Amino acid sequence: MRTFLLIFAFFILVLASLLIGVKQIDWANFNSIIESGSLVFKVSRFPRTIALILAGVGLSVSGLIMQQISLNKFVSPTTAGTLDAAKLGILVGLIFFPGTSNFTQMSFAFLFTILASLVFMQMLKHIKQRSLIYIPLLGIMFGNVLAAIGTFFGYRFDIIQNMETWLIGDFSKVLQGNYELIYISLPAVILTYLYANKLTALGLGEETAKSLGLKYNTLVFIGLISISLTVSAVMITAGAIPFLGLIVPNIISLFYGDNLKKSLPYTALLGATLLLFCDIVSRLLIYPFEIPIGLTISIIGGIIFLVLIRKRIRYA
Amino acid sequence: MITVKDLHKKYGDHPVLNGLNIEFPKGKVISLIGGNGAGKSTLLSVISKLIDQDKGQITLSKEDITNISHKDFAKRLSFLRQSNFTHIRLKVHELVAFGRFPYNRGKKMSKEDKQKVEEAITFMELDNIANSYLDELSGGQRQRAYLAMILAQDTENILLDEPLNNLDMKYSVQIMKTLKKFARKQGKTVILIVHDINIASQYSDYIAALKDGVVQHFGTTDEIIKPRILKDIFDIDFEVILNRGCKFCLYYN
Repeated sequence: MRTFLLIFAFFILVLASLLIGVKQIDWANFNSIIESGSLVFKVSRFPRTIALILAGVGLSVSGLIMQQISLNKFVSPTTAGTLDAAKLGILVGLIFFPGTSNFTQMSFAFLFTILASLVFMQMLKHIKQRSLIYIPLLGIMFGNVLAAIGTFFGYRFDIIQNMETWLIGDFSKVLQGNYELIYISLPAVILTYLYANKLTALGLGEETAKSLGLKYNTLVFIGLISISLTVSAVMITAGAIPFLGLIVPNIISLFYGDNLKKSLPYTALLGATLLLFCDIVSRLLIYPFEIPIGLTISIIGGIIFLVLIRKRIRYA
Repeated sequence: MITVKDLHKKYGDHPVLNGLNIEFPKGKVISLIGGNGAGKSTLLSVISKLIDQDKGQITLSKEDITNISHKDFAKRLSFLRQSNFTHIRLKVHELVAFGRFPYNRGKKMSKEDKQKVEEAITFMELDNIANSYLDELSGGQRQRAYLAMILAQDTENILLDEPLNNLDMKYSVQIMKTLKKFARKQGKTVILIVHDINIASQYSDYIAALKDGVVQHFGTTDEIIKPRILKDIFDIDFEVILNRGCKFCLYYN
C-alpha cells in the first residue's frame, strides 16, 4: 500500500511537472499542442523533468551510500563537505579555464569531490568518538572551510555573482542542450544497485565486513567514485541541492530498513518524488515567477531533518 | 591448527605484542585470559588478518595466512569482535544471512546457504525475533544475532572477542555449551577471550594467560587454574575450590 502510494505520487508529480509552466498549452486546440506544445516539451519541460528525476535519485542514493560507508545516519553530501567541494571544483575550473565546456568544469568538480571525500574518510578513521551528531558537525565545518576558500578566490577573481548561480540549486535554467551531463549519474546509480549487498555489508563496520571476506577499501572507493560523479553532475546541471541525500535515506530506513537490495529502489523513488514536489512548489508559489528549488528544499528538508534528529536520538 | 611465532605489534610507540608464541590445538575450546591491555584483542585481530603484525608469522594448517586471500580466509576463519553495534537497521535474519557472504559473495543464496541460516537462527533461539530490526533489540538479543551470523559462516576456526558481553547467565552458559559442542562434534577450533575466570575454568579445554604482550602460561585448564599462576597474571590473590570435580576461583577480597 505504501509502495503503491509512492509510485502513484511519483507519476502524478511527473505529469504535473510536464504540464505546469509559464507557457500555457491550449489543450483544446490540437494544432497549438503540436506546434507550441511540442517545442516547449522538447526544449524545456521534458529536460527539466528528467533532470529533476535523475538529480533526486542520484542525490538520495549518494546520501545512502555515504551513510553506509561512514556508519553514520547523518552523513550526506550536505553534511560531509561534498557539495562545497564540488562548488570549489567548479570555481577552480572557472578561474583557470574560463569559457570551457560544462564537461571540463564537471571534471574539476568530480576531482575535488573525490579528494574531499577521501580526506573526510581519513578524518573519520582518526576519530574515536563515533557519536551520531559529532561526525556530521565535523563534516559541516569541513564544508564551511572549503566554502570559505571558494568565497575568498571568488572575491579575488571577481566572480562572486557568477558563483551565486550554482550556490543555490535551480532547475529553471535546465534546457535541451545544457542538461545532458546529468545522465552521468545514471551509471553511478546502477553500479550502486549491482553492489547493493556488498554496500549493505559495509554498514556492519570495517572489521566485520573484512572478516566476511569483503574487499573493504576497493568497495569504499567504488562508493566514493559513484557519489562524486553524481554530486558533480547534479551540481553542474542544477546547482547545490541540500538535504535530499540526508532526509530521504533516513525516512526510507525507518520504514524499510538498511538492506540496500530492498531499500535502494524506494530511496531512489522517494528522492525523485520529493524533488519533483519541491520543484513544483517552487514554480507555483509566486507564479508566473519561480523560487530557486534550493530555497524550497532547504525549508522543507530542514524541517524534516529536525523531526528525524529527534526520532533517531530517541532510539539510537 | 593455528600457530603463532614471535609476534610483534606496536601502536605508535606503545608495544602491545612482544614476541608472542603459541600453538592452538585443533578441535578444542581455548580461552584467552589476562588483564586489560595484555594484548588479547590485538592477538585475535592479527590472527584474523584485520591488522598487520610488525614482525612474526602466523600459520593456519601450516599455510602462512598472508598468502591466503581474504576471500578464502573468510571460509576458514570467522571472527566476532567485541562491540559490533552500528546504527544499521537490518532484520535479524538479514544479518545472519551475511554469514553466508563468503560463499555466495552477495549473490543469490543457495539451498545450503538458506539451510545454514535457518539452523543458526533456530540454534540461537532467534526464531520469534528473526523479523525484528537489530536496533530495536536488547543488547543480549543483538549479541545472539551476531553469534548466529558467525555460526552461519560455518568455519573451521572461530575467534570470539568477549562473546559473553551483554549476555545474561542463561545465554552465557548456553553459548559456552554450544561452543564446546562445536569443538567436540565438528572438530572446530574455538578461541575466545573471556573475563569471567569461572566460565573459562568450566568450559575450556585449554587456557592461555597473556601478560605484557606474551603468553605467560599456556596449558590445559587444570594446569592453569592454580592460585600461583592466576596471581601472577592478575596480581590479586585467588583461592581455588574444588567442588564436584570442578574448579572454582574466589577472588572477591
